[in-house]
Parts: sequence; structure tokens; C-alpha cells
Amino acid sequence: MDTLRVATVWLGGCSGCHMSFLDLDEFLLELAQKVELVFSPIVDVKEYPENVDLVLIEGAVCNEDHLEMVHKIRRRTKAIVAFGDCAVTGNVTAIRNQLGRGNAASVLQRAYLECADLNPQIPKEPGIVPPLLERVMPVHEVVHVDYYLPGCPPPADRIKALLEQVLAGAEPKLAGKDIKFG
Amino acid sequence: MAAKTLTIDGKEVSAAEGATILEAASDAGITLPTLCHLEGVYDVGACRMCLVEIAGTPKLLPACTTQVSEGMNVTTTSERLQQYRKMILELLFAERNHVCAVCVANGHCELQTLAYRQGMDHVRYDYCFPKWDVDITHPLYGMDHNRCILCTRCVRVCWHIEGAGTKNVAGRGAKAQIITDLFQPWGESDTCTNCGKCVMSCPTGALFYRGATVGEMERDRSKLEFIVTAREKKQWIP
Ligand code: SF4
Ligand code: SF4
Ligand code: FES
Repeated sequence: MDTLRVATVWLGGCSGCHMSFLDLDEFLLELAQKVELVFSPIVDVKEYPENVDLVLIEGAVCNEDHLEMVHKIRRRTKAIVAFGDCAVTGNVTAIRNQLGRGNAASVLQRAYLECADLNPQIPKEPGIVPPLLERVMPVHEVVHVDYYLPGCPPPADRIKALLEQVLAGAEPKLAGKDIKFG
Repeated sequence: MAAKTLTIDGKEVSAAEGATILEAASDAGITLPTLCHLEGVYDVGACRMCLVEIAGTPKLLPACTTQVSEGMNVTTTSERLQQYRKMILELLFAERNHVCAVCVANGHCELQTLAYRQGMDHVRYDYCFPKWDVDITHPLYGMDHNRCILCTRCVRVCWHIEGAGTKNVAGRGAKAQIITDLFQPWGESDTCTNCGKCVMSCPTGALFYRGATVGEMERDRSKLEFIVTAREKKQWIP
């Protein structure tokens, strides 16, 4: 079997899922021998590559960069795993959706103007700072997701359970407490 | 009372006339997923988690409000029932705002537990993201409508165990909500006795003790059980 080409991506999330991934400890060494990590926040590759076998997507789709990215990921990847509650449900990042239309503007105003002690201003840098979407979406609302790995964050042994199934060539399937939200 | 003989999941069982399928199943050691059912208060069949198949009836019927009858042939687990139960759970999650990671009931929630037991790893329907308030006008308890599944357990314990009649349901469909008295802030209620039975009964993080933070809301149902036992056995057995 060819080495599995694996990627991990960080969209609208707190990076907790990636921290949990690093919590895999010595399993990471085993993993490093069996897969090639082709793209990740912990790998210095700028462009999401072609022909990825499996990607773990952390975070919800919150801004225009994320939107473009998930479509690119879908085109270039065989299997997408929604990695963690933000990717699976929108979770905390999607709370702003409750504010209805115009929520993007009101959260920016709250965070960068009302709560700012110094230099209140909304960050704006066309081409660099991506505009927020009107509505935060879980990944499967935008593109087809193959597998779900819930949890905030998913505990390391849950991530391991899924990866071991993939490495064994099986269709990953988590059940019971391994799919508990929160 | 006459006994009825019926079959549940291929098992011959007998139950008292007037017993529900849920009671008969539970006596036979068969557990059904339930959400609105609460031991000690009457059943209303609100959540539909306990739906079962009955031979000869095209409709699925809730086990908690359907009485046993002679020769009834009940199936409590099937592919079709699993699908419906999962769908009901997904709709409950999509209808209000359930953010388990920051919920007082995280890890002690009947909705959350049922969801993973029934294999719900994501919600296929678009989330509604409705705007609901949190009522923290009561000095001891809070009500977060975002987490309410309208099971009406709180209403039933309030009326039929405490006898206060503070909690009610107002509105219809997606706009239905739990209210106190005639739609007043809870803290201004004249009828609430501060007994906390509604909080003990709630399956989710909707009713909580003030001061509880994420994952801290563990419910103590022993007080409810104490009263129910007293009512049924006519004795105060702690
Ligand atoms: S009430 Fe239960 S399902 Fe809803 S957010 Fe809280 S823990 Fe999750
Ligand atoms: S507040 Fe709790 S007990 Fe009352 S209807 Fe809502 S979920 Fe049920
Ligand atoms: S438990 Fe039977 S309908 Fe809710």
C-alpha cells in the first residue's frame, strides 16, 4: 500500500482540536511512519496539495477564505473528516448566527470597537484579512463530508480510534461515547 | 385487574390491564429510549423517542402512552425505528441552540446521551439558530430556552408533584415555549414555591441552578423519587 497522504486544516476553531491531535503522544511517531503529512498548521507547506487521501478539518466555515478553502479541499481530497464540534455543528463559532442578519457587523463592532482599550478599529486589509460570512456553517453544509469526529475537542484516544481504523484500511465508524458532542 | 398477555420483541410478557407498553417492556427488562417520560408523573407522549411498531398497525405508536392489549405484538428495535429516533434527535438539535461544549449540562444531559447512543454523529438538517432568551430573574434557578426540548417534564412536576402550577406552555409550533405564570419573568412569579422540582426533572441544560457553570449541572432526582414513593406506597421512605 502506498503511504497515505494525510492533511489537517484549521478553519474557524480555537486550535484545540489540533492540540488534542498533538496529545496523541507516541502514537504520532507510529503515525509518522505510516502516513505522509502533506499539509497542516504544523507543516510548512503553503498551498493545499493535490491528491490528498484524508483530511481532518478543524473549525467551522466562518469567512471567505474558509469557504474557498473547503471547496479546494473537496476537489483535491478523497475523504474529509469533520474534526471536532465546530466543524461538525458550528459550535461556539456559530453562536453569532443567533443574532440574525447583520451578525458579522455586530460581533466585529463588539469585539474591536466596544471592547477595545486601545486603538478601537475594525481590522480591514483587503486580500489579507478575509471578510466574515453572514452565517457560520458546519463543514457539511458547504461540501460533502465523509466522516465525523465530534468532541470539543475530540479526546486524543478518539482521534486515535478513527485513525487506526483508517490505517487498518477500514471504513472509519465511531460509536457510543466516541461521538459525544461537547 | 385482568392481566393481558402480549409479545415484546418476541418475548411473551404479561402486564396488568391499563399498563403502558413502556411499563410492560421495562418489567420484562427491555429498555426503550425515552425523553419526556419521567417516573412518577403521567405521560404525554411529547418526544416520540419511545415509538414502537405494533403488528397490524401501520402507524408507529409511543410506548409511554399506548396501553397494552391482549395478543399485541410489539417490536421495540428495528432499522426503521432507529432511523426515526435518530431523525427526531437531529430535529431537536436543529430546532434550538445546543452548544454542548459550553452547556451547564454537558456530560449529564439526557438529550446528549441519547444522541450518541442512537448513533447521531452529526445533524443532517440545517440548524435554525433561533433567538431565545435566558431567564435569570429567579434568585435560585435559571431557564435557558436555547436548550429546551419542550418535553414538559417541568410543567408536569410543577403541577402534579409540587401542585404550584407555575410552569406552563405558551405558543405553538416552533414558537412554543415554557413560561412562568401568565408569561412573567420567573423571579416575579407569585406561585413559584422555590422548590426546584422543575430543575430536578429537566433532561437537558434548560433549567439549571444558578451558579452552575459548564458541565456542573448534575441533577439530584432523589427528592422526586422520595415524593413519588410516598404517593405510591403511602409511606415516607427516604
Ligand atoms: S442541553 Fe444537552 S444537548 Fe443541549 S447543549 Fe446542553 S448538553 Fe448539549
Ligand atoms: S425546561 Fe427542561 S423540563 Fe421543561 S420542557 Fe424544557 S427541556 Fe423539558
Ligand atoms: S418518552 Fe414516550 S413520547 Fe417521550
